[in-house]
This record gives sequence, C-alpha cells and structure tokens, in this order.
Amino acid sequence: MVLRLLSKQGTSTPEFRLAIIAVVVFLAMAALSPDRFLSSQNIISMAFQFPEFAILALAMTITMMTGGIDLSVVGVANLTAVISALILVNFAGADATGAVALLWLFAALGVAVCVGALAGLFNGILVARLGLPPILATLGSGLVFTGIAVAMTGGSAVMGFPDVVAWIGNAQLLLVPVPLVIFVLLAAALHVILTKTSFGLKATMYGANPLAALFAAIDINKLLIRVYVISGVLSSVAGMVVMSRANSAKADYGSSYLLLAVLIAVLGGVNPYGGYGRVMGVVLAVLSMQFLSSGLNMLQVSNFARELIWGALLIFVMVVNTTDWSRFGKARSGH
Amino acid sequence: MNRLSLKNLATRNETLVAVVIVAFCLLATFSDPLFLSVTTLTDLMRASVVIGILAVAAMMVLISGGIDVSFTAIAVFAMYSTTVLTLAVMPDMPWYFIFAISIGIGACLGAINGFFVVICRLPTLIVTLGTLSVFRGFLLTFIGSQRISALPPEMRGFSRMMIARGTTEAGSFYAIPWAVAALAIVVLLTLFILHKTMLGRSIFAIGGSLESARRIGINVRGAQFFVYCYVGALAGLAGIIHGAMGRMADPFSLVGLELSVIAAVVLGGARLIGGYGTLTGTLLGVSLIVLVENSLIVVGIPSTWQFVTIGLLILLGTGLPAWQAKRAAAKSA
Amino acid sequence: MKLWGRQALAAAPDFVFLGKCTMSKDDDDTFIELKGIVKQYGGVTALDGVDFRVKTGKAICLAGENGSGKSTLIKILVGVEQPTSGQIFVDGKPYSHVNPRQAAASGISVIFQDFSLFSNLTVAENIAFATQLSGKKRLFDRGATRRIAQEALDRIGVDIDLDARVETIPVAHKQLVAICRGLASNARLIIMDEPTTALTGREVQALLGIIRKLKDSGIAVVFVSHKLAEVLEVCEEVFALRNGRNVAEGPARDFNAASLTRHMTGRDVPEAKPPLNIDQAETLLVVNQLGKEGAFEDINFELKAGEVLGISGVLGSGRTSLAKALFGLVAPSKGSITLSGKNIPLGNPIAATQAGIGYVPEDRLTEGLFLTQSIIRNVAVGRFDHHRSGGFLNLTSLVDEARGWIERLRIKAPDYDAEVKSLSGGNQQRVALARWLSQTPRVLVLNGPSVGVDVGSKADIHAIIRELADSGIGIVVISDDLPELLTTCGRILMMKDGRIDSIVMAGEMDEIELAAKLAS
Repeated sequence: MVLRLLSKQGTSTPEFRLAIIAVVVFLAMAALSPDRFLSSQNIISMAFQFPEFAILALAMTITMMTGGIDLSVVGVANLTAVISALILVNFAGADATGAVALLWLFAALGVAVCVGALAGLFNGILVARLGLPPILATLGSGLVFTGIAVAMTGGSAVMGFPDVVAWIGNAQLLLVPVPLVIFVLLAAALHVILTKTSFGLKATMYGANPLAALFAAIDINKLLIRVYVISGVLSSVAGMVVMSRANSAKADYGSSYLLLAVLIAVLGGVNPYGGYGRVMGVVLAVLSMQFLSSGLNMLQVSNFARELIWGALLIFVMVVNTTDWSRFGKARSGH
Repeated sequence: MNRLSLKNLATRNETLVAVVIVAFCLLATFSDPLFLSVTTLTDLMRASVVIGILAVAAMMVLISGGIDVSFTAIAVFAMYSTTVLTLAVMPDMPWYFIFAISIGIGACLGAINGFFVVICRLPTLIVTLGTLSVFRGFLLTFIGSQRISALPPEMRGFSRMMIARGTTEAGSFYAIPWAVAALAIVVLLTLFILHKTMLGRSIFAIGGSLESARRIGINVRGAQFFVYCYVGALAGLAGIIHGAMGRMADPFSLVGLELSVIAAVVLGGARLIGGYGTLTGTLLGVSLIVLVENSLIVVGIPSTWQFVTIGLLILLGTGLPAWQAKRAAAKSA
Repeated sequence: MKLWGRQALAAAPDFVFLGKCTMSKDDDDTFIELKGIVKQYGGVTALDGVDFRVKTGKAICLAGENGSGKSTLIKILVGVEQPTSGQIFVDGKPYSHVNPRQAAASGISVIFQDFSLFSNLTVAENIAFATQLSGKKRLFDRGATRRIAQEALDRIGVDIDLDARVETIPVAHKQLVAICRGLASNARLIIMDEPTTALTGREVQALLGIIRKLKDSGIAVVFVSHKLAEVLEVCEEVFALRNGRNVAEGPARDFNAASLTRHMTGRDVPEAKPPLNIDQAETLLVVNQLGKEGAFEDINFELKAGEVLGISGVLGSGRTSLAKALFGLVAPSKGSITLSGKNIPLGNPIAATQAGIGYVPEDRLTEGLFLTQSIIRNVAVGRFDHHRSGGFLNLTSLVDEARGWIERLRIKAPDYDAEVKSLSGGNQQRVALARWLSQTPRVLVLNGPSVGVDVGSKADIHAIIRELADSGIGIVVISDDLPELLTTCGRILMMKDGRIDSIVMAGEMDEIELAAKLAS
C-alpha cells in the first residue's frame, strides 16, 4: 500500500495491538467457558448484539478523523426511528402484510435515511458555516433531535409494526444475522470512502492540519458538511436496526451507546484530534468489546462489571498507545 | 479598573444569558402572575443546588484547559458508598462526618483522574470517559445496585434543616434548605481559590497557555492535579446533598447529567479551549437550564419541548460568539 | 545589582562550580562569557568551539542564519541545553553548565518570538506572575501585582493599561509586556529572539529607544536574529555564527547590513540579476485598485509570464495580507484581479486555484504541510480530484505523478511514505513547492520561500524559482530577505502602510540602499 496513512508500520500500529487484544480476549473467554462461549448459539447471539452500536462507532469514527466528534448520533438514531415508526404505525399498521407492508417499510427506511442526512446537514452547517466547536454543536443538536422525538411521541414508545419490520434486526441470511450483514457492508463502504476516494483522503488530511487544508485550497465547508451528513446517515441506519430489534421506537433508547461509540472509536486507534483512524481498528475494537462482554456474561458477571471493564480497557489501551516505550528502554540502558 | 464598556458587555455570554432569563421571567409572569413569587424562587434554588455545585466543578476543569465528564459518576459513587459505609459502620454518624467522608471519597476518585491526566498525559476527555465507566461499573458491581431509602437519620435530618421557612401572603408554603448554603460556600471558596490565590491564577495561566506556564516556572502538574482532586471533592459533596435531599441513595441517579452540566457552564461563557470562565456566568447558565427544566410550561411551551429548548439555547449561546469570532477573523485577516 | 547576582548564584544549590576562579580577560564589565562551547546532538555537531561574551549594559547582536547554531547557543545560555564541553563564566565564576533556575536567578531572561504571554490574563498579571511565583507566596496580591507591573512599565517609560487583557493589546505592546516581565524579575540580561519580525518601522524605532534606556540602567541585551540591520545602530558588539562556528566578532560600528549578510551566509552579496527579457511576454496577472480596510489600499500591478516580481515591506505593511488576497485567503473589499483577462472571484482560494494561482505559505509547519501525513500525500493533495475514475482514486497514477515531482525537485527522503515532519526544512519547502507545481499553476505566489531553510537549500530554491520563471510561470515572491529579493526578482514592489510606496527595478539598488528604503 503506497498511500499509507502514517509511516507507522506492521507491529507498531494500534491496529496490530488491537488484533492481539481481540485474539487474547477471544481465547481467554473460550478457555474459561469453552462449551458455552464457542457454541453456535452464543456466536450468533453476539453477531446480533454488536452491529447497532458498532454502526454508531463508525459514525463517530468519520467525524473524529476530521478532529471533530458527533455527540448527536444517538439522538439522530432515535429521531429517525421514531419518525419511521410513526409512518409504519399510522400508514401500514400492525396487520399489514405482503407488498403493502414491504412498500411502507421501504418508505419508512427511505424517510429515515433522509432525516438522518438532514440532521447531519444541520450539524455540518453548524460546524462548517457557523464555526461552532463540533463538541458543542452536536451536544446542542443532539438535545434538539432527542427533543423533537420526545415532542412527537410525548416520551412514550411507538409500537405496533407490521411483522416484516422485525426482519432487519432478527433474520439471518444464510445463517448470517442481517444486522451483521448491514454492519459489514457499511464498514467496508466507510473503509473504501476513507482510503480510496478523494473525499476520504481530504477528510483525513483536514484532520491532520485544518489550516494547511485551507492553504491547500481544499473546500473545507463542503468537506465537513459531507462528513457530518455521512455520520447522520450511519446513525439513521443504526436507528433502524435498533427499532427492528426492539420492535418499537422511543426517544431515549440506547442512551449509553453514545459514550460506548466514542469509546470504541478511540479504542480502535482513531485519533480524537483528527488525522488518523482506520475502519479495521474500529472493527477490532468492536469485536474485543463484544467478546469481552459476552464472555463475562457467560461467567455470570453482571452488566455493570462490563462497563467497568470497558472503561478500564479504554484507559489501558490509551496508556499503552501514548507511552513512549523507547524512552524507558533508553533510561534503563543509560543507568 | 475593568473597562466595562457597553460593547464589551453586550458581547459577553453572561449578558446574553441574563437577558434570556429576564425575558423568560417576564413572559412567565405575564402568563402566570403567581410565577414571580417566593415559592417559585425557593423551588428553583433547591433545584439548582446539586447541578450548581457540579457546574462550578466542571467550570474549574474547563478553565484549566481540560474537560471532565466523569464527575457525575464520582458524585453518585461517593454518595452511595458513603451511605452504605455509614449504615454499616455507624448509622448515627453526624451529618458533617457523612459529608466529609463523601467529599473525601470524591477527592480520591478525582485523584485517579488526575493521575492519568498529569502523570500519563492522556487527553482529559478520554480519561474521564473511561473513568466514568469504571467508577460507575465498580459502584454497581461491587458496592451495590439497590436503591436505599432507609438513609442514616442524620442525612434525613440534614434535608429537613431549613434556613428559613414560612407561608407567603398568598398562602403558599416555601422553604430554603441549608443545602443552598452549601452551594454558596462552594461558590465563595472557588471564587477565593481562583482569584485570590496563586494556585487559582496558575490554573487560569495554564488554561491560557500550557507552554508559557511551564516556561515561567508554574508548577503545572501540581495545579492540574489539584483541579481534578477539587472537582472530585465537589462532586462528592454534590452527590451526598443529592442523596440527602432526595431522601434516597439511588446508584442509578445523576449519571447522564454530565453533558447538561457542561452545557450550562459553556452557556455561561467558559470556553473549551481553556483559560476563560466566570462564576457569575456559570451560575447564570445553571439558572437558565434549571428554569427551562422546571418552568417551561409556565410560558406556554409544553414540557415535552424541554430538550429542544435547552438544545437550541446551547446552540444559540455557543453559536453566536463562534459566529462573531469567525466574522471578526474574516474581517481582520 | 551585581552583588545581588552573586548572592543568588552562591545560594543556588546545584550549580556546578568548577573551582578555580579566573576572571575573564579584559575587565569587570563582563557579565557572562562562554568559552569553547561544543554541543553535539548524537553525531551532529551543532556548536563547534564557540565563544560568546555579554557585557553589563551593552547590546549585542548574535547574527546567524537558521541552522547556524544561534538557537542552540541561547539554549545553553539559559540552561535548557547542556554543552558537551566548554566553560560558562557568570560574573567571572566558571561553570561547566547552568540549569534554567540558576539562569533565571542570575538574571537571564529570554523573550521568545511568540512572547509566551497569557492572552487571557491582564497586562499586570503577565508582567508580575513570575516574580510573584518566585516569592513563594500562596495568596495572590492584586495590589502588589499592579505595583510591580507599574514599576516595570515606568522603567521603560511606556503606558499600557494594566487591566487590559493581553489578547486585546497590539503586538508591539505585547513585546513590551514581555520585556517588562523580564525587568520585573530583575533581569540583568534580556535575550530577544527575532525581536523585529512582528513590528512596523515606527515600532522598531520605539523599541530601539527602550533598548537604550535598558542599557543606561545597566541591563545587557542580546538580539538574536537573521536580519539585524534594523538593530545594528543600538548595538556595541556583533557575534556572527555560521555552521556552529564563530565567523566574525567585533565592534558593531565595523559592520553594516551587507557585511553581516556576507558573514552569515559565507557568500558575497549576490549581484543583482539583469531583468529577463519579458517585454514581449504575455501579461498574466492584472491587479486593479485592490483594497481592504485596515490591510492594504489602492494596489495596482501587472505580472507577465516568466517574470519574478518581489513584494517587500516590514511586517504590518500589508504584504502578507496582499499575498493572501491574491490567492483568495483574504477577501478584498474593492478592486479586481484578472488572470489572462479573466476575472477571478475575490476571497475564494478554490476559484483562485482553478484559475491557475498557487500559494506557498510563509509558515510551512502550521500552514503549509500536513506534518503527520506522508510525503506523497502532501505532494498529491491538490491532485486528488484529477485522478479519479468512477468515483474512486486511481492510486497508481496519483502516486506516479507525485513521485515524478518529488524526483524533479530532488527531494531527499529515504521513503516517500515517511511523515513529512521527518524532512529537513529545505526538503519540506520543496514538498510545498512540488504540491503546487503538480497543479501546473500559471501564477505562483511564494511567501517567504526560504524562511528556515539552510544556506545550500536556499540557493537551490532560488535556482528552482528561476527555472520556473523561465518555463513561463509568473512568480510573486513576498519576502523581507533582501538578498533573496535581489537575486530572484526583476522588479520589487516596496509596500508601506498598506500602499505600494515605490517600485525598484533589478540592478537599480544594492542591498544597503534597499535596506535603508525598507526601514524609512
């Protein structure tokens, strides 16, 4: 690969370390509870669980690549889910079947993606045109999106979909869960966008030095708006998966996913100050998290302990990534 | 003398927030003449205590150039573990001992943040994001995940201690709890530290320019470490007050509030880049958020629109200065 | 004063005292003397037996180009770096090295180019902070802070609002605040790093007045700069460094701008080149009545194909704003820019690039390069959109093209995928040039093309500029490096207070006359 992101190579990349972590976690869990962790039932159930927050982590990744952040991902996901749910409930109804149901499902999905794109556009305008710091722009807009969803539903869950809706979140294609298929497609698409398109390279370089991007005549406004639109669209897809799996939509679903998405992106080696990040790293981070939490689940460890371990893992990986190990080597040889 | 020129005043966030608060109150009084009463005022004061103390803490970190999202987890950790400890060891412990324990636990947790920020030099957002999960996960796994409503008697006693109470002419009841005094003490103490000690001035200097602070020989590490410990201590205090006033130790409360608190501080004019922030602004920001959370219905906006309103306020409060700065930059070049 | 200094030194615990007390050769006046200083970084010798001397109450020019070792020498003086060998005499006492605390305690104060001020604090606090800190006080005393600050301001006889935030005061005042900070902590020596770069002609004169006052009160001043003509008149002594060695030292009256340059660069001042025969060439750029409030006014000029046009003037003369305006980074409020008769939208760098204007910024590290990205990417960034097939990048053709330019500009790098920050200044500048050349510009605006570049690369860059001009590109060179302008440009526009003050043709003036004109 001639156009590498950084000169860091082979074994010194954060991705390599993450791959080791993922494998170690997998093996450890498999060793501790072999018959249950390695059961096909467990593996399939893991594959159903992680895509929804993994997709949000992808959205976080592309904004972090530009040195920004998107704190509105969960708000966008819930808003799009609520709007789609209202369409499905009011126009199709729980009893709809066949072509009618399918038609309304596609309509709802289309609207969801459009709403996600619009929400992203709103964020992009705030960041690019008005010059708000991304963290504040998306903090505010996230509240607005959540607020609109609350106002539309009065805060209660929307349910009563046609049966076909459940397919997105619960079906399998040739044994592969549909949410996983969606995630793999999106991850691959994001990888291609970031490494094989003009837009992706510009976004990375903007993240590395925004001022130099200005002086290199990169159209920064257009670039940032596209970044946040992509983030919004990814969030809306996550919203659809959540809606289908829960068979309902609510304004405050998955509020813990926001920090989880940030955590995964950072764990995956994405530089929160911009300029570096690889989809592969994020995928490995997602897998590590999922192996860890499923394994701990088998071992009867509470959900709360998982949160503890996630946080500890994040800090551990950051300490490893930022410590200048060569300095220690030198200091030792010096004395 | 500080030159408080009109232009200076008009472009400050404090002014903007104050104007919005006054407008809100006018509107509220217009639609409900009973709004402007001692009862409303004391209710709002009660509601501001915990978020106010947390906001002062968050402001301190922002001034030093960092950001902390773990303070809510510290608060709930300190509150719950103090309650458990007190009930187990000495249920009749006087309330000030209970408070001291909670503050101490908070400070220790803050020191953990400080360790990673100061010694390991990790980015503050990442560290506190991680410790948020760790503190909360540790609390719920190892200390407990049950709500405790049988609080130590002294904690309940504290919530009944009133500075003043009475009935207004209109016949409605009002009360000012001592917890309000805690907020006042925190504000005065922080004011003293930030403006009357070299440590406080150093915190401003570090937020202004870390490199310059090192060059002139400021003890950067010491000051940063202090900030995180102090924030932890304040969070411990806010947590125990939250528990006492709510008459329940709920290990699931408070977490999730961190971004709203930071929003209140930023609304009040503190900047994410560090070096800027005033207590006046922070308190105004808190007042506005509390006002919107509690009294939106009075001005005729259904309370379901509360999030939208706060979100728009944040966008307005941060967007206006950002846009002005961008225009000024384009003009000067 | 002197006694205070000695006491401070004696009190400093970990001062490495070499024992034998030799007074340095001539007289008591010598405050600090460095003898035979050698500094090696790994295998590279940055300083090779350098001598340097500062006398009480005297001003000294430490002249040298970037990379000559002058920054290293200063770092040793203030204790940030330790010399590999050599001796340091402070008030006649020999030491093998000093540490930063000792340097500060013996009254050495540095004013960095960025001033190291706290823009969010008041003038008074900025001046008094270090003093207050050294007093080991825990409480902040606003009254004392104001008093210390006022005393320091009074000593140099300037009046700045003590309660103004530093972010609100002009650059020249910031420098004065930095000087006062040194005074407040009882400085005996103030070292000024590139003190005149950010100042206008009038402000430089005001600064020189203040320097005289400092000298009268017994404070020594060292100017560290690569262009010293402006401060030469207040200096008593000159030390010139080149490649880590002393190349000249002596009384300042024996030097002038030209001889200083000769010592610094090791070359004679280059002969002005006769202007190229470009009378028949096509007129590329026409700038008509360009103006922007507070920056520049009434700018008119033409640029022909193959011409190299210089724009000079002190900082604040509007030269950088004008350069940026040509590329759309600054939006002029009136006037027009046309290229080959086609109007270029103002204030739009993308439109300017599409029209064929390129801009290489002054500050490579923050504006020019993506330091953590690869060399290839830094070169290719402007060509991403031209190597697309079906929405995706054609990486092979993109990389091949970039490699071509890297080779043509003889960029020395072991690995084109290496981060660009691993390159030397000269090679970095070539990367910045390669980026624009790959976009085949018709007009290239070069802001400070050889700032921070070593002497050898500088000549290469000048050769590249001439080659480009010969190939028909119109080039605008914005610079305050007079020899550079004289070697490369056919015409030089001299700017003053935002207007074109005069036009100097190649061969019309030598460097000294030009320097005089610039300073006038």
